Amino acid sequence: MISVKNLRKSFHGTEVLKGITTEIDRGDVVCIIGPSGSGKSTFLRCLNRLETPDSGEILLDGVDFMDRKTDLDRQRRKMGMVFQQFNLFPHMSILKNLTVSPMMLKKTPQAEAEAKAMQLLERVGLADRAGDYPAQLSGGQKQRVAIVRALCMEPEVMLFDEPTSALDPEMVGEVLDVMRELAESGMTMVVVTHEMGFAREVGNRVLFMDEGIIREENAPAELFGNPQSERLKTFLSKVL
Amino acid sequence: MTLFDSLAQFFANWGAQLASTFLEKQRYLMLVDGLRNTLVITLGALAIGVVIGAVIAIIKYCGEGSRWMKPLCFLCDLYTTVIRGIPVVVVLLIFYFLILRSSDGIVVGIVTFGINSGAYMAELIRGGINAVDNGQMEAGRSLGMSRFQATVHVVLPQAMKNILPAIGNEMIALLKETAVAGYVAVQDLTRAGNLIRNNTYDAFNPLMVVALTYLLIVILLTWALGKFERRLAKSDKR
Repeated sequence: MISVKNLRKSFHGTEVLKGITTEIDRGDVVCIIGPSGSGKSTFLRCLNRLETPDSGEILLDGVDFMDRKTDLDRQRRKMGMVFQQFNLFPHMSILKNLTVSPMMLKKTPQAEAEAKAMQLLERVGLADRAGDYPAQLSGGQKQRVAIVRALCMEPEVMLFDEPTSALDPEMVGEVLDVMRELAESGMTMVVVTHEMGFAREVGNRVLFMDEGIIREENAPAELFGNPQSERLKTFLSKVL
Repeated sequence: MTLFDSLAQFFANWGAQLASTFLEKQRYLMLVDGLRNTLVITLGALAIGVVIGAVIAIIKYCGEGSRWMKPLCFLCDLYTTVIRGIPVVVVLLIFYFLILRSSDGIVVGIVTFGINSGAYMAELIRGGINAVDNGQMEAGRSLGMSRFQATVHVVLPQAMKNILPAIGNEMIALLKETAVAGYVAVQDLTRAGNLIRNNTYDAFNPLMVVALTYLLIVILLTWALGKFERRLAKSDKR
């Protein structure tokens, strides 16, 4: 579904991604782990071109993301993204946050967009907060709304950029539960995370990134149970 | 004479002086005219300033990192640097005596104060836009909005919350700045007070009336602004 070949990206002369190659298939839940500064988030942000790679190839269902002629705005609608800092729109109510893009970009009628939004809010247990503003919600609630906001565009793949890193520990669980349920429903997901438990249980593939390359890539049981490289062994010994 | 008598005497004298200063020959009408001119210049200049400021701010915002916008950005920088580096009185005199020579003083005033405040507005508006977290633009783009759509629907409404109160403050500053319009023979509020002083040799009362009028308008504006800001802050409430 997503095919990445030899992706490279530098910031101010420092090479952050040094040639990333991988394939993500439909239904995959790919977790990306690794020490900070290893390029995990940059890689994720390159996938929907929030960051422009210097070179390499990104194909989504055969559409070339590096081609100047590709309508990126249209392609991005197929990829939902969830940010560490939620990035909900503070000047809109929760319901408006969820309906603004389907109504603006897909011309969904208001009633239909709202019904869809309410149905998804129900699923994450926040239907009663539809009229509130983001500032009135807790971090965990905001992140659940942010996930729903992305889902309202009916994406084919969801990208998560450390979705629980900005949360109080007690709120991590509620967000991971929503993500787990999403994975079980068959959504293709790419998750940058420090939650090893989540990567092990929910992921069907784990990428270990270090110094701008994918150092190791395997099924979670294999990667956590039988790490090959020294770097991964040290990393796991520190985080587990 | 008791204290009461002397106070009564004082107020009676003051009343008589007020009457002779302002009522004789209907001199208060000069103040009314002056106030009207001051307000006309302030509002006209504000309108010009907001338009110039918005255009420059958007050029600078969109021009960041774009090569073909560079000359345009340079011109904007030149404008803000020159205008902010020259006292507004001097700019006013330059416009009156050199650039708009045959024009009415009020028109010159509106144009000059508008161009002057545009330079400050540009920075205000740009600051207001830049103060919106970059994550907002990214969130909009990640949902599939174009840069323009995300700017209009996501960034600008939030920037407004920063910009509008700042524009209100700029308006207060502008109102007081226009007091130098008398330099180019505009009969604004300040100059009206001066004319009355020259005619009556009464310095105290005209100056006090002029000062209190400015003060009153500023207090009113500040009050309205505060009310407005509280309404804008609605979505920040917990």
